[in-house]
Amino acid sequence: MKSSTPEFEAECIRRILAGEKSLFHDLIRPCERPIYFLLFSLLRNEAEAEDAAQETVIKVYQNLRTFRGDAQFRTWVLSIARNEGLGRLRKIGSRREDSLDAEIDDSTGDYTPAILTSWREVPEEALERKELLVLLRNAIDGLPEIYRNVVLLRDIEEMNVRETAAALGATEGAVKVRLHRARALLQRELAPKLGGYAPKRKGLFGWAR
Amino acid sequence: MRIDCKHVWVHISAYIDGEVDADLRAEIDRHLETCEICSAVLDSTRNVVVLVADDRVFELPIGFSERLHARIDEEMDHPEPASL
Repeated sequence: MKSSTPEFEAECIRRILAGEKSLFHDLIRPCERPIYFLLFSLLRNEAEAEDAAQETVIKVYQNLRTFRGDAQFRTWVLSIARNEGLGRLRKIGSRREDSLDAEIDDSTGDYTPAILTSWREVPEEALERKELLVLLRNAIDGLPEIYRNVVLLRDIEEMNVRETAAALGATEGAVKVRLHRARALLQRELAPKLGGYAPKRKGLFGWAR
Repeated sequence: MRIDCKHVWVHISAYIDGEVDADLRAEIDRHLETCEICSAVLDSTRNVVVLVADDRVFELPIGFSERLHARIDEEMDHPEPASL
């Protein structure tokens, strides 16, 4: 059975609860990346995010019996991760996420993309270049938190809008709006800098600059 | 209905995700045929989305998974009182 299908998850959970504890390793594996990156996005610190990720996974294990199966397992896990992250932020006296959400979602404001006329696609092979990876990471790190969370789950972990909304405790409409703004901000930040990573244009006499 | 560049930009994300209805998609496609700027904005946005989604951009810390699974084993052997 393919890992992370609802059938695999349900079967796994049934067997874990019946005593095959070690199956929990397989159940949680597909969730590791989104758990960590969601927490990293909230906490902005590798060590803290890793600690919170471990705590999340232990809570998932301890509370597996309460998983109802009406949400996707990953969504349930990520909402536990988000609560863990927000709990830690509250403890260190950080601002409340809710008020920040309201503030940003209410602001409209026109967005103008980076205007380019000669855009050449940057192939994924270009990601072998370290400085390009750094450029992309910095652009995502530089997004306001509520946009960064959505990009991480929707575009990087490829979760759908419904799942992303459930994991973040937001409406689907809000996820779409945030995703749009986040992509727009990334385009504006990155497009002007990516030109150098595009393949050289083919000139009249073969490949030339 | 003729749409302008700003109108296209507002729908770019939904367009990339295939979430605009058929009429609007046709309008946008017609606009893109003649508008070099919007074509470049669309292509660059789509390209940026593809690039940031690459697994190499965000990697888990080295040893993250091993440490996590070791912690799980520890919990299985010596369970702590449950809390949520």
